[in-house]
Amino acid sequence: MDAPTKNEVKTSFTLCGVEFKNRVFVASGTFGYGDEVRTLVDANQLGGIFTKSLSWKPRAGNPPPRIVETASGMLNSIGLANIGVHVFIEQKLPYLRELDTRIIANIAASSLEEYCDVLRLLEQQEGISAYEINVSCPNVREGGLNFGTDCSMTGKITASLRKLTKKVLIIKLTPNVTHISEFAHVVEAEGADAVSVINTLIGMAIDIKTRKPKLSTITGGLSGPAIKPVALAKVYEVAKSVKIPIFGIGGIASAEDALEFLLAGATAVQVGTMNFVDPAISVKIAADLETYARENGISDLGMLVGTLNADLKFSVLQSWL
Amino acid sequence: MEESKTKRKTVMSGAMQQFCDVQSCVEVSAKTFLLRFISPEIAASAQPGQFVNVLAAETGEGPLLRRPFSISRIDGDIVELLFHAIGKGTILLSRKRNGESIDVLGPLGQPFRIDTDYNTALIIAGGIGVAPFPFLTSSLQNLGKRLETFLGYRNDKQIVTSHLKNVHIATDDGSKGFHGNVVQLVEPFIDQKDLGKVKIFACGPTVMLKALSELAKRNNICCEVSLEGHMACGVGLCQGCPVERTGDGAKYALVCKDGPIFLTTDVIL
Repeated sequence: MDAPTKNEVKTSFTLCGVEFKNRVFVASGTFGYGDEVRTLVDANQLGGIFTKSLSWKPRAGNPPPRIVETASGMLNSIGLANIGVHVFIEQKLPYLRELDTRIIANIAASSLEEYCDVLRLLEQQEGISAYEINVSCPNVREGGLNFGTDCSMTGKITASLRKLTKKVLIIKLTPNVTHISEFAHVVEAEGADAVSVINTLIGMAIDIKTRKPKLSTITGGLSGPAIKPVALAKVYEVAKSVKIPIFGIGGIASAEDALEFLLAGATAVQVGTMNFVDPAISVKIAADLETYARENGISDLGMLVGTLNADLKFSVLQSWL
Repeated sequence: MEESKTKRKTVMSGAMQQFCDVQSCVEVSAKTFLLRFISPEIAASAQPGQFVNVLAAETGEGPLLRRPFSISRIDGDIVELLFHAIGKGTILLSRKRNGESIDVLGPLGQPFRIDTDYNTALIIAGGIGVAPFPFLTSSLQNLGKRLETFLGYRNDKQIVTSHLKNVHIATDDGSKGFHGNVVQLVEPFIDQKDLGKVKIFACGPTVMLKALSELAKRNNICCEVSLEGHMACGVGLCQGCPVERTGDGAKYALVCKDGPIFLTTDVIL
């Protein structure tokens, strides 16, 4: 191996002893099980893949219409449609396991027992590096947001799952609460290794001709560039209150967006809705981040995490342009 | 009808993402545009019934998500799209001119099954549902199938018949052709003895497809339809475009990946 040159950039980072090759991931529910886009994107260039949420039994999901575009974003109400953990293990994991990137299994459930059952089953499988727990889906009646907006329930789920695994345990938090930092604080205390911030924001759109909602479930989850400022503020809030790493999520469409999240306090980022627009965008963002670091003499992107400049004296032009 | 019981060979996605030069975009009838773009790769690999997912503008300059369009015709290295300019995304696309480019993902989805056992193909379209049929027409002609085309429109302002064969027209207001809907026009036609075994290929409003589905069932005719769905990605990532399936197994199929072409016996319209 060549000796490191002056311009070499360390893109990798380590979380609880697990090394991830870079700081750009694809968010759960926006990259399927990876195989859908194998001809369009080289997932091996990513830090990791967060799988579509997995429940114990397959879930059909909500009736159409499930998605609608809104200003700079989209509302969705998929309803955790997924093939179930058993079919995932049988049909999808063998492909994912062969990839040269980390696989993080996202788990959704409608009871504490179901979370535990799914995780226990996945514990017996090779090829999964971490778990992300979805306690914050706004589009299902049972579980989902009921758990994620209840601080003690979120803590209880974290504590229960912590007992079942030594692997990296990430809790995905909802922004649909008054103080997201309280939830981050609780899951940190209960042994979570990291948090994902944020899941979608509850939103709504109406067709004025029919006077009907544009989604079959009336409300849905807002995502995309529209929510980036909100997500950044939530990451910043959480970063100030906990020590565990944060996966920043919310409308990331470029390396510049990803850098904002790192500065606000995210250790890594997940690209979500933009995968629908450009399936290879996450790989481009990872490459652009490396280029940015090299051109700016940053030897390790980790040096940027949480380094928001607290000098709040602004030149007017600078803050406007 | 026996086709529905045999599992269709799924076309694996050979989709690519390309920036393609627009050759031309012209209004061919009221609010209906024909856009031609250059892609030797898509032109070579696409099959009738497949679609492309198109981004007309850079991020921030237009709608966020792509818009899906049936591939209307292949002309050498040129791919043609026929669409109604009725929303932000389609109006933006309709203003593309020679020399500008569009971001195209495709070809996507499952094509029409044309190489099956029938003598006469009935192509039936409502409004802009005509879009996929010039491509299908040329493929059916290459196979030597007999072909009759039935188009239904609100009035005579919207009619598009280029590259179609043996066209019969119905208009709701009677301004051209048969006064009534296209299903009423086609119904007496299928009783003709000399058609041999018939297969229907259709695209249009759901209410029309539903009526056709019932007509096909009554007459024991195989009927394939091209469906629309609200979709973001077009490749199965977003799960945004479910259509309810008949029979056992999964409740929904996805329009983008399992369709957009479905046998009417396989879905609940």
